[in-house]
Amino acid sequence: MADQSGEPIIRVRGLVNRFGAETVHDGVDLEVFRGEVIGIVGGSGSGKSVLLRTIIGLNRPVAGNVEVLGSSILTMSDNDQREIEKHWGVLFQDGALFSSLTVAQNIEVPLKEYYDMPLRLLDEIAAFKVGIVGLPDGTGEKYPSQLSGGMRKRAGLARALALDPEIVFLDEPTAGLDPIAAGEFDILIRDLRSSLGLTVFMVTHDLDSLFAICDRVAVLVDKKIRVGTLEQLLQDSHPWIHSYFHGPRGRAALLSETGSRKEKMPAAASI
Amino acid sequence: MASATATLVEKEEPSSLILAAAGEWLVATAADLDQRLLALEVPTGRRVTFDLAGIDRLDTAGAWLLLRTEHDLAERGNAVEMRNLRPSFEPLIDQVRAAGIIAPARHPRPAHHTIAGFIARIGEVSLALIARAYSILGFFGVVSATALRLARHPRRVGMTAIVAQMEQTGVNALPIVGLLTFLIGVVIAYQGADYLRFYGLESYTVQLTAASILRELGVLLTAIIIAGRSGSAFTAQIGTMRVNEEIDAMRTIGLDPVEVLVLPRLFALMLTLPMLTLCANFMGIFGGGLMAWGVLGISIPEFFIHLSTISGWSFWIGMIKSPFFAIIIALIGCYEGFQVARSAESVGRLTTLSVVEAIFLVIVTDAGFSIFFSSMRI
Repeated sequence: MADQSGEPIIRVRGLVNRFGAETVHDGVDLEVFRGEVIGIVGGSGSGKSVLLRTIIGLNRPVAGNVEVLGSSILTMSDNDQREIEKHWGVLFQDGALFSSLTVAQNIEVPLKEYYDMPLRLLDEIAAFKVGIVGLPDGTGEKYPSQLSGGMRKRAGLARALALDPEIVFLDEPTAGLDPIAAGEFDILIRDLRSSLGLTVFMVTHDLDSLFAICDRVAVLVDKKIRVGTLEQLLQDSHPWIHSYFHGPRGRAALLSETGSRKEKMPAAASI
Repeated sequence: MASATATLVEKEEPSSLILAAAGEWLVATAADLDQRLLALEVPTGRRVTFDLAGIDRLDTAGAWLLLRTEHDLAERGNAVEMRNLRPSFEPLIDQVRAAGIIAPARHPRPAHHTIAGFIARIGEVSLALIARAYSILGFFGVVSATALRLARHPRRVGMTAIVAQMEQTGVNALPIVGLLTFLIGVVIAYQGADYLRFYGLESYTVQLTAASILRELGVLLTAIIIAGRSGSAFTAQIGTMRVNEEIDAMRTIGLDPVEVLVLPRLFALMLTLPMLTLCANFMGIFGGGLMAWGVLGISIPEFFIHLSTISGWSFWIGMIKSPFFAIIIALIGCYEGFQVARSAESVGRLTTLSVVEAIFLVIVTDAGFSIFFSSMRI
């Protein structure tokens, strides 16, 4: 489980993001610890994806500091940036697979970029990554346009995991999936977290995912962030957070998960 | 960051061959380990024991290498055992084992590496070309039928859309069309004067420039510029709407995409291309006249005397062709837009194709007109 005593693997301090006259973040602080699954929630336009893009260096904030694995993303040299990119994988919303390459070739792209491997080994690694994310045999030969939405997400995850990263960033991994596929995806993330020791940073709208796999949840409200375990946030009196977790959907997700959750994670209840 | 190291030590024991793995079995060391594992020579039937006690760090690539070797040895009939794996790595091994040994994907390879493949490809391309021509003809039919249906309900014609398209394809294209034809006029007059001077006929420079621009170059250049500018825009606009499922949304609302998207573009281009051609002709002759005045010293009244010797048909031949070229450009542009599949990649591919096809057909049609007009002796 999350090692909260250790150094945080991601540390965001005083983040301010502004687009034109519109302020999205105004002093966001967040720490993510090694081995935990953190879920980022918030209303539409509250800057969840902007936060993710800022942490992985795709968006330059107006003010604030972002550290990943101990080094500052905003001031590092290009070489350090390359070095740190080996240690994270990103799954974009619709997979963002390169459409001119097959799934196997997509997975091989980061491997080829960073390591000098014989072609045969590349193909083998790509093939077992396809298996690990639960795609059927033969998917590696297909092009992204031949896959369904759920398969594209799994293929995107396989590419994100190509370098065996320490952190994976997931942008709405279950959006657009049917409930069964979404549930399978949750289980997949949980299994991979426990077997590979991943730290998972997940932007999501899916209450079931939150209850099923997240150790802690960060809520973006009023341009700031509130972080806590689900139990803590369920007690929060902020109106948006209250209606988020205590609305009909929140209650249903809570009911379906509390039973299994207590058995699975006794630690969570004692926090 | 120090580079990771991994080792594999062979030790012969009476009961079995011990392979002691140690260090960091990671994706960073995988290429090296892969080579060492493949170079292992294990006699058939010999028992193999992996001693994994020394492994400090393990990721899926390292786990995969272990399992692949285990699998290969077992296939060859060797008994394989793994021992002393740290308990913390067990879930990882299980996860990779659960994924199973999957045959690597075959890479797509072009089929024409052999002579037979090359011939087969020629056949495929020819058949595809015929199917394409058939399909474009079908599209032309649908557009014509829709246009005729609309002619009975003229109030449904979307004037706003037509005017908007006329602005985009006509007004906004004026500067580039005007500038390019002006330059071509200058070039023809300049080059032509050189050759004609050789025969002492330099005073015919005006006729040469005016005739070639009016009959061919004005309309052809305009059509080619518009195919690159507006034909490609048609494909990209309609193609993007296909990707966004906007076309399907239109159909469900009861709007006919051909009526809403194709006809305004077609009508607009049929009106603007002749106008642009007119402007192109004017600018080209203006450029030629400027050059004649500057280099040959032909005065303005002389220029008009020369110009009046050109038959009126020269002008009409160019103008008659322009609406036909407009139909070709608009039809091909819209047709290729509708061919876009769900992927955004096909938008780019088909946009290129639409420009190439439109220019090709414009030039072929121009050649056809040329034969027709010369048989009519004009």
